[in-house]
Amino acid sequence: MCFTSNFWSLTIDGLNNGFLYALIALGYTLVYGVLQLINFAHSEVFMSGAFGGLLLTQALIGSSNPTGLTAAGYVALGTLMGALVGAIVAFMLERVAYRPLRQRHAPRLAFLITAIGASYFLFSLAGHLFGRDVYPAPDLLSHKNLFSIGSRGIQAYDLLVAGSAIGMLILLDRIVAHTRLGQGIRAVAQDAETASLLGVNIDRVISQTFIIGGLLGGAAGFLFCLVNNVGYTMGFVPGLKAFTAAVLGGIGNIRGAVLGGIALGLVENWGVTCVRNSWRDVIAFAILVLILMFRPTGLLGERLGRSA
Amino acid sequence: MNQTQLLERGRKLLPWVAGGVLLAIMTGPQGRVGQPAYSISQALHPGHLFESIAITVVVGVIAQLWAARPAQVRESITQLRSESSRFYARREVRYGVYAALLAFAIVLPHIVGAYWQEVLVDKIGIFALLAVGLNVVVGFAGLLDLGYIAFYAIGAYVAAYFTGALPVQPPFILNDFYILFFAVAAAMIAGLILGAPTLRLRGDYLAIVTLGFGEIITILAVNLDSVTNGSRGAPGITSFSFHVFGINYDWGLSQTPYYYLLLVFAVVIMVAFHLLENSRVGRAWTAIREDEVAAQACGIPPVKYKLMAFAIGASTSGFAGVLYAAKISFINPSSFTVLFSILVLVLVIFGGMGSLIGPIVGAAAIQWFFAYVQKHDGAPIPGIGVKIPIHPEDIYLYVGAVLIIMMIFRPQGIIPSRRRAREIGLAEHGIGGADATGAPVGSPVS
Repeated sequence: MCFTSNFWSLTIDGLNNGFLYALIALGYTLVYGVLQLINFAHSEVFMSGAFGGLLLTQALIGSSNPTGLTAAGYVALGTLMGALVGAIVAFMLERVAYRPLRQRHAPRLAFLITAIGASYFLFSLAGHLFGRDVYPAPDLLSHKNLFSIGSRGIQAYDLLVAGSAIGMLILLDRIVAHTRLGQGIRAVAQDAETASLLGVNIDRVISQTFIIGGLLGGAAGFLFCLVNNVGYTMGFVPGLKAFTAAVLGGIGNIRGAVLGGIALGLVENWGVTCVRNSWRDVIAFAILVLILMFRPTGLLGERLGRSA
Repeated sequence: MNQTQLLERGRKLLPWVAGGVLLAIMTGPQGRVGQPAYSISQALHPGHLFESIAITVVVGVIAQLWAARPAQVRESITQLRSESSRFYARREVRYGVYAALLAFAIVLPHIVGAYWQEVLVDKIGIFALLAVGLNVVVGFAGLLDLGYIAFYAIGAYVAAYFTGALPVQPPFILNDFYILFFAVAAAMIAGLILGAPTLRLRGDYLAIVTLGFGEIITILAVNLDSVTNGSRGAPGITSFSFHVFGINYDWGLSQTPYYYLLLVFAVVIMVAFHLLENSRVGRAWTAIREDEVAAQACGIPPVKYKLMAFAIGASTSGFAGVLYAAKISFINPSSFTVLFSILVLVLVIFGGMGSLIGPIVGAAAIQWFFAYVQKHDGAPIPGIGVKIPIHPEDIYLYVGAVLIIMMIFRPQGIIPSRRRAREIGLAEHGIGGADATGAPVGSPVS
């Protein structure tokens, strides 16, 4: 087989990508759960989070050269800022673009068109405000190998992505399963009308769902820009792949989105050793079409409104 | 008016003030990578900020006055509207309007300068043709195709192949008129391959699959070096020519002949689509849009008709691709980015989805505006002396904004199809779907 030569290296890189896809995919899947809407603009939530965190850390770093605890603090602050900006953008998106349509019971086509319009508006606005050239990744993480798995040295970034992603995923799972907010989200996902009759404030639950998706997507954006040079169009391809991950796991299914994200990250990274690296996006797209052809409900099935 | 009423009025203007701030940010100077705060701080400069807020607040006040117009005015407007629509509904009036528009289109290239002749062909003509095709998908069938330009690319590359402009040589070199058939077939087959697995599922999956497909086509065009010549592109695509009965005519690279060629094709295609809309197929599309379950119960296979609309749209796009390639004589992958798909979408939505001339008017208005912005970048408008504060690089900012604003305030477009407008109104009262993308938002999937 073609991927055996660099197996561990590919696997770890695949996991890194996969965790980020999973974090973004959760935004798609949560919103799909409560609104049955593909929120195309979620890719720009990811982009906004990246810019928010990146600009903050750039301002903090200035001309200094942070190491050790300072650098770790900056990374934490950047992630928080990314999550915050992502949440604000997602909230505004729902409030300004989708809620007027929802109140009017507009046809679904109108939502989809608004979603793509919002996506174009947001990334063009970022290009307009911050320039259309590439921002280099901030130099915060050491590239020292901490230990190795197989032939692949594990660096701080790998631990950071895996740790923060797993932490956020567990937290989300607990929130949806055990809190009042989670109950509300599940109730609206199962049957919005009945939920509202039983006293669930649908508008608020929908807002909160967008905010949760925005927090995760924004944080993923900052984690992404720590090792990648980013620009205003950075959201498009990861967004498309995260959607693929959500469908792969079963849209509306929270654990499915996580599984789908990790699976897609791995398959894509193993796959590029068989073809050229520039075909990476084609692999993800082929997977999307194949799932839709053969198992449109995804690996774990569509499970709107269940706790897991 | 007492104080509480005034306060209420003032509170209603707050969103417009926020809109003014956004407008100020949108029309500010271009950002710089090194100085991320530069653009915002310049945009929020008091003078510029005040101007922008003043503009939106004036619009807001007008909107409020309009919403609070007295019953008398309201009544006379309703009457005027119903009279004018009755007038327009008369066949001779409608055909008179079409004939006048056509006559205008025929003389147009002779009354404008060289720059606008080029705009008429490359920007307005080609995109009007694309918009007419996308209108079948979005307007007639109620589906969303976000990778529409991919089929245009397929058409253009088929043209490049059969004129011998690609590294792979064709078995025979063809005249562009014959290539049209191959391009339409290729685009249609691609549409069927993409649509068949997707359209069986919820309609909104089509949107994201086509979005992905649009991206993949550019990746393929860049990376299949040995076939498409990669990002270097394919130069030397021959232009349309005509050699029958000893008459030889070559369209060459000049604008006006292509304009008339496009006009003839556009009129023929529009007439064909108009007939199609009023045929059995068109009625099936209407039935599916208005109530898919009922349509299915009446023996209309929805997947088949949706696929048909999608394939017809794709083939129109392929057709336009050949015209583009032959006109420009050089294509490369950057002519077919996903951006253009959204541009065509905004032309259809702005003009009026489902209406016959809406997409054409949308294409003409929006593409003219963007071409105008491009030409007068930063310079004041002659005669008025006001600068348009829109930078050509920001075009997609306004494309996105127009899509959102149209969906919120006027989803039927500026020249609505009457049936489509009524459907959207009914759907908002919970009757029918007004599209073919499955259950309305907010209702359970199952």
